[in-house]
Amino acid sequence: MSTVIDRLHPNLLMGLGGIFVILIAATVVVWLIRKAKPGVDLGDVPARIRSWWLMVVIFTTAMVLDRRVSLAFFGFVSFLALKEYLSLIPTRRADRSVLLWAYLAIPVQYLWVGLEWYGMFIIWIPVYMFLFLPMRMVLIGITEGFLRAAGTLQWGLMATVFSISHVAFLLVLPSAVNPNGGGPALVLYLVFLTQFNDVAQFLWGKSLGRHKVVPTVSPGKTVEGLLGGLGTTVVLAVVLAPYLTPFTRGWAICAGVIIGLSGFIGDIVISALKRDLGVKDSGDLLPGHGGILDRIDSLTYTAPLFFHFVYYLAV
Amino acid sequence: MAEQAGSIGPLAWCLRHAFSWLLVRPVVLIGLGLNVRHRERLPKDGPAILVANHNSHLDTLVLMTLLPVGLLPRVRPVAAADYFLANPLLAWFSTTVIGIIPVHRRGGSSAEHDPLAGAARALEADNVILLFPEGTRGNPEEMARFKSGVAHLAKRYPEVPVVPVFLHGLGKTLPRGAFIPVPFFVDVVVGEPLHGKDDHQAFIDELSGRIKALDGEIQQPEWI
Repeated sequence: MSTVIDRLHPNLLMGLGGIFVILIAATVVVWLIRKAKPGVDLGDVPARIRSWWLMVVIFTTAMVLDRRVSLAFFGFVSFLALKEYLSLIPTRRADRSVLLWAYLAIPVQYLWVGLEWYGMFIIWIPVYMFLFLPMRMVLIGITEGFLRAAGTLQWGLMATVFSISHVAFLLVLPSAVNPNGGGPALVLYLVFLTQFNDVAQFLWGKSLGRHKVVPTVSPGKTVEGLLGGLGTTVVLAVVLAPYLTPFTRGWAICAGVIIGLSGFIGDIVISALKRDLGVKDSGDLLPGHGGILDRIDSLTYTAPLFFHFVYYLAV
Repeated sequence: MAEQAGSIGPLAWCLRHAFSWLLVRPVVLIGLGLNVRHRERLPKDGPAILVANHNSHLDTLVLMTLLPVGLLPRVRPVAAADYFLANPLLAWFSTTVIGIIPVHRRGGSSAEHDPLAGAARALEADNVILLFPEGTRGNPEEMARFKSGVAHLAKRYPEVPVVPVFLHGLGKTLPRGAFIPVPFFVDVVVGEPLHGKDDHQAFIDELSGRIKALDGEIQQPEWI
């Protein structure tokens, strides 16, 4: 075990440890509330915290073990998300084999990440898959519903595989890019701030929310929640930046704004998708949260935008 | 035919567990993934009859995964003899590893041979029987008329609960005639148990009605 610990930057370990401290604190608070007021209804909060434990333990394990394990983990997240997406949307029975090809795009995409082949990583899904999958559909020969099938499949691949794989590419960036813990610390910074932003927007909205932002898409979202969450995320982005990133204070503020705003957009984009399909949650993989898409919705926007922000600044 | 339906040998026990843990559970739980509604309605012990709509070979594997692991040696899918006993290797695998109860679908029922005898013995040994009353996988994601065998069995054992289960998604994953499964989440909806009655047709109607009602509990995307 000592070799694993040695390999990791102390700041990264501190960061991971910090997340556990937050989770333990949340668990203790729930326990104390229940002890003080037996029978109090906490809604789905205890279930949410239990699911957080599961996610944090798996994420931490994936991050501290071998790099290949980390990449396999993100690939698996993409797989679960694509599967959830394809199970929710209307599909054509003729396209069974096309969907199989779409699944096969996942290991290949993460292979490019493992090889650190940026050029291929960035065009594999937007160019090659975009050209290949409709070709397979056309060769099957059924034109009814073709545009919808090709369009929805490409959209799903972009959101669940292309976007999420940016987290993985962040992981393999050369350590020179970030003297404070390298790629893994940037992943931690991005994922933690994205998830923290979700929680912060939720809490600000619950306590002060008055004015709805997008009532037709997500009635629960308020201007107060958005701004409160954004402000909190920016503060935290600045506080954490010296430990996990190469950012100056100005760049850290930019990173916080990118994550806070685009995380909100990712959230409501997936909300719009669910509303269109007539479902409340994307699945029930994570009790209290819903499905995996419900949990990584913000990340589908924050990951590519934060990645290119870093890439532009540092590479 | 001194087959002891209740207890299986140590070799079969090992094979069945290995098959379940190394293949069935990874494929069903990771490759596919289950969204189970009303899991608490599943039987915790035998004897019981699980009845489901049938669209794919994977249906049996999903039902086996739903039941408690301890029950594994006593889970018995009822399966067509003409298909699963077609050659010696498949027959050995079906009876020893999966633990099927073979039934003869047509023709083979001479007056003295009771087609339900195997299932009856299994119920008396507190086994859980998996039954697909459509009798065939049929067209993917469509439900055919139920055959009456389950009504006879339920009437003979009125104290044994018959649990209706609706499965959705497996016809998309591995329909009849397909060889490579395509991953989709599977929806499983478990219904309230019912018990056998004298009127076979009434029982069949109620059972298929309940499974159709379970079908209505979940949102299913269009599959054209």
